Amino acid sequence: MEQTARPKLIDENGRRLDGRGPTDLRPLRIEVSVLEKSDGSAYVELGKTKVFAAVYGPKEAHPKHLSLPDRAILNCRYHMTSFSTDERKTLGMTRREVELSKVIREALESVVFLEEFPRSAIDVFIEVVQADGGTRTAGLTAASLALADAGIPMRELIAAVAVGKVDGRIVLDLSDVEDKYGEADMPVGIAPRSNTIVLLQLNGKMTKDEFRQGLMLAQMGIQKIYQAQCEALRKKYESSMREA
Amino acid sequence: MSFIPLKERSFAVRIMNDKIYKLLQQGKRIDERSPYEFRKITIQTNVVEKANGSALVSMGSTRILTGIKVELGTPYSDRPNEGVFSVNAELLPLASKSFEPGPPDERGIELARVVDRCVREGKAIDLEKLCIVPGKMVYILYIDIYVLDYDGNYFDPSVMSAMAALATCTLPRYSAAGERLEGEYMRVPIRDVPLSATIGIIKDKVLVDPCSAEEGSLDTSIVIGMDSASNVVAIHKNSPGHIPLHLMESIIDIAEEQIGKMRALFREVVGVG
Repeated sequence: MEQTARPKLIDENGRRLDGRGPTDLRPLRIEVSVLEKSDGSAYVELGKTKVFAAVYGPKEAHPKHLSLPDRAILNCRYHMTSFSTDERKTLGMTRREVELSKVIREALESVVFLEEFPRSAIDVFIEVVQADGGTRTAGLTAASLALADAGIPMRELIAAVAVGKVDGRIVLDLSDVEDKYGEADMPVGIAPRSNTIVLLQLNGKMTKDEFRQGLMLAQMGIQKIYQAQCEALRKKYESSMREA
Repeated sequence: MSFIPLKERSFAVRIMNDKIYKLLQQGKRIDERSPYEFRKITIQTNVVEKANGSALVSMGSTRILTGIKVELGTPYSDRPNEGVFSVNAELLPLASKSFEPGPPDERGIELARVVDRCVREGKAIDLEKLCIVPGKMVYILYIDIYVLDYDGNYFDPSVMSAMAALATCTLPRYSAAGERLEGEYMRVPIRDVPLSATIGIIKDKVLVDPCSAEEGSLDTSIVIGMDSASNVVAIHKNSPGHIPLHLMESIIDIAEEQIGKMRALFREVVGVG
């Protein structure tokens, strides 16, 4: 890791490469109902990270033998466009995308009332248009909004953000460079109302104390993202009320 | 696309969930273990002569076979002075009725990537010592994990078997010019032995090393990987469900304690760690 010229990621004043402090989020933009044909959709932009999510369903499960008698199945595909990364990503699903599809699906399963729709399927598609760090957490944030936008009953929303260790400091919302050259990256997905973790991964080295700090910082970031999520949903209904 | 595996979440599961929780409240488990007691671990190394390194690790009746094959190749262009390793995992159909033949599904990929994360982020291998000619010729280690018998928790014994196979893996030696030094061999340079502990959660109670009867009825579970200095090097929540935030700290503490015990065992059998 040391042999490639490693940029200094935090300067003497505690500023990061993009001018942020350690506990700052990148500029956040969240919108819902951004795609016409899907039953629900959302767009999340966090700095240069840009992610769409769309939901189809509940609908008939295909193939039929996969359907469950007591609840819906939730399908999830996390996918990145070929041009979303510095080097072109090969077409089709990489092993990373398969893993992330699984952890995101499992996070969503925790909050959707699947038992309301036996024998049916709900499809969630996440498309990363540009990847600059934190794509799985932005994807999960968008997917939970798309589900809400589709009117699918949920216990609560999920908001997610990555924290990590960069130049020895615990920072919020890692960019791609910070993820690449930093010491650790920890994506966290939280259901804010019940205050429970629904997604948690760590890649890299942290002491127990740093982990504790990281988790606290993630909660702080997640509160902000959660508010932006609620705001985006509210905005949609306000505008449809006005039209009526 | 990932989909929900066909596991029943029927009344039977709910009854089992309730039973496990009630036992945990009394400090007990369905298989008579205490909540923080992993199953009996056995480690055998060099079980496959044709592999450069191999290990068979069992945790209760979950058995994992790892073999390592070494090839020569070119390094990654951004890491010209480092050897390369890759981890693969297969959930063999002979190990469980829930595993099917064919290329690794999402569970196999997940297992491989969690083991990879522990080994890589735990800085288990001194990759620079696996470089023969910088930029041109390095050792490539293929670490292949096979689940032979599955009775819950394939993560912890997989990490352990990968580390046991690595620690006993021999490589043919080459000169700095890339010439084979006939008859000379070296060990894979091990820097650290990261291990993992899988923690199951039901409401406000936790248990370690879930067996398959427990695994299907937990609220959720999480894998924690740590190095020998008790740094957290990998975390992977591996099933749906909620973990109350206030439990996280004690989960890490319990993982640390478990990994410490596993490490003592590993050191005794393999000689490093």
